[in-house]
Amino acid sequence: MTNNLASLVKARDLLYMLTWRDIHVRYKQSIMGLFWSVLMPSLIVGAGVLVRVGAAQFSGTKITAEDISSVMVRAVPWSFFIAGLRFATSSLLVNSNLVTKIAFPKEVFPISAVFSNLFDFLIATTVVVIVMFATGWHPTLHALWFVPLMIVLIALTVSLSLILAAANLFFRDVKYLVEVFLTYAIFFTPVLYPAKMLGEWQHVLMLNPIAPLLEGIANSVVLGEAPDAFWTWYSVITTALLLWAGYGLFKRLESKFAESI
Amino acid sequence: MSDVVLRMDQVFKKFTKGERHDSLRDMIPAMVKSMLRRGPKAQDLKNDEFWALQDVSYEIKRGEAVGIIGHNGAGKSTMLKHLSGIMRPTSGRIDVYGRLSALIEVGAGFHPDLTGRENVYLNGVILGMTREEIRRKFDEIVDFAGLGDFVDTPVKRYSSGMHARLGFAVAAHLEPDILVIDEVLSVGDYAFQAKGIAKMRSVVESGATVIFVSHNLGAVVGLCERSLLLKNGKLLLDAPTPEVIRTYMQQISAVRSHTGDKGITIESVSLGDEAAPRLTFRPGEQLEIKVSLRASAPVRKVSCVLYIKDKQYYTIFNASPDRLGASLLDLEAGETFSYTFALDLHLAPGAFHVCIALLQHGTGRVLDVVEPAATFLVESDVDLGGAANLYPRLEVSDERQGVSAVLTRQAAQS
Repeated sequence: MTNNLASLVKARDLLYMLTWRDIHVRYKQSIMGLFWSVLMPSLIVGAGVLVRVGAAQFSGTKITAEDISSVMVRAVPWSFFIAGLRFATSSLLVNSNLVTKIAFPKEVFPISAVFSNLFDFLIATTVVVIVMFATGWHPTLHALWFVPLMIVLIALTVSLSLILAAANLFFRDVKYLVEVFLTYAIFFTPVLYPAKMLGEWQHVLMLNPIAPLLEGIANSVVLGEAPDAFWTWYSVITTALLLWAGYGLFKRLESKFAESI
Repeated sequence: MSDVVLRMDQVFKKFTKGERHDSLRDMIPAMVKSMLRRGPKAQDLKNDEFWALQDVSYEIKRGEAVGIIGHNGAGKSTMLKHLSGIMRPTSGRIDVYGRLSALIEVGAGFHPDLTGRENVYLNGVILGMTREEIRRKFDEIVDFAGLGDFVDTPVKRYSSGMHARLGFAVAAHLEPDILVIDEVLSVGDYAFQAKGIAKMRSVVESGATVIFVSHNLGAVVGLCERSLLLKNGKLLLDAPTPEVIRTYMQQISAVRSHTGDKGITIESVSLGDEAAPRLTFRPGEQLEIKVSLRASAPVRKVSCVLYIKDKQYYTIFNASPDRLGASLLDLEAGETFSYTFALDLHLAPGAFHVCIALLQHGTGRVLDVVEPAATFLVESDVDLGGAANLYPRLEVSDERQGVSAVLTRQAAQS
């Protein structure tokens, strides 16, 4: 394990260049690049607002600016998560000529695929921050929770990416399963609605390791409250276990990549 | 510590041929089926397996240049992939001491939309350089590739030659302890190939170890003192390069391929004395090539064309009996016929291939072709380039000394 990590550290220039390449090529090819990075979050926010309006109608309350902010700060990390996962799942096949021809730690492909989506994420985040300030947002110090919670979310995305990228190399239809799964996963995650909307069932929802992270981000950034300690630790530990298992699995299968692709 | 930098010890690699289940949709039913079936059928799998490498053991010492020679499918690429760590052996040990760089494809990872400059950085880090290292060598790399003003043009607008030159230029600046090269010189024009070989020679002279896989036998002879001959995954011979090439060429003649029976076939092609075929010749020597033909159906107006090709399979000479004054060949079913061509080998040192084609006169339809029918080496004490031998003589006039000397080194006579 230590050997593997050392070689990954050695490959940091490669990780940087591959991430840079993906970002650069994406933005070079399309003037739509910037628009693209806010398109998906915008659609999710639109859907979220619709759900909130529906819920407000039903309970006879009014929708507030906070409700909309809450949807926005959940939508942006979520769209990073699904874009990263989608991109990473096919990363080994897309780079198959490098996988079969050159020796270096292959985890740089899924990891750089996730990292390159951070660029879109930063642009979308900037837009959200501007919109929130415009609608009278007063951040508290708790808003800083955003950073550690995002780091956990990135780690979670990487861990799942490692597993799915390796799986997709051996079974080409994993990609389609991931697509189907990601399309409906939004309903099992508190993105469009807050977890508390489910009342006593919210704990079942929180078993999804992304749920506490999105809840924590919305609570700390929008409401100015600390994230729930128990569920945040649950996410952190689940992520650590997944990362350990995903990395272990990836390294174990790595030597078979070149002959199986 | 000994000065062994690379060791393969009883390396075996098993490959499975035939269909693999590469989707869950196919695999889950297959697994269910095999579970239901059970029993003696488990042996089936073994039939699909074969050894890509079988009991391969050798050592390479620091500063050695070693060639790896073999037919397509002999296991050369598999061997390189094991050396570079892309594949792991089924059993056996591989030890590598030092920084190993493998050049299995030129320009691997080039992105068509990025410029030459951007691709140098990308390709460099892929091959194992740091960004700092590339920054330092950048001008040298671009210079070596001869890109000039194209350095900021997207690579997709490059000619294939420029593409390959840039790829090789990056790789040539790696400075590894062990450099593994696969077939990279088969690209680019002649001048660039010469430049590439010169660069590799300087790598060898700088004390690095080079492992070189190529069909370019001339380049292997020029670069490597020792070679390994692979056949069907086995290490057949580990010996000085000329001896390995001789063995390899004897095998080439044995595995030539026919295009199928179209009425007349080339039965055999032999060089020199049939009883004791020769493989090496001196410049200026006479070479006799005997071609035996057999007709399986009546054929009319057949022309038997002899080609001499250089190591790149570029035709440097061709002749046919009808152009040498003989009539076109008419044969009835079951008849045999033979030609003997005599050639003066005014050739520069290197490897050359003899190819024979039977053409239908008038239509040009190919009735049979054997390429290569045979391969021979021209060896000379004088190192000359190109294919033709113009027997250079040199006059040196050194005015400072006030003497004039004529140096004549006739490139060998038998």
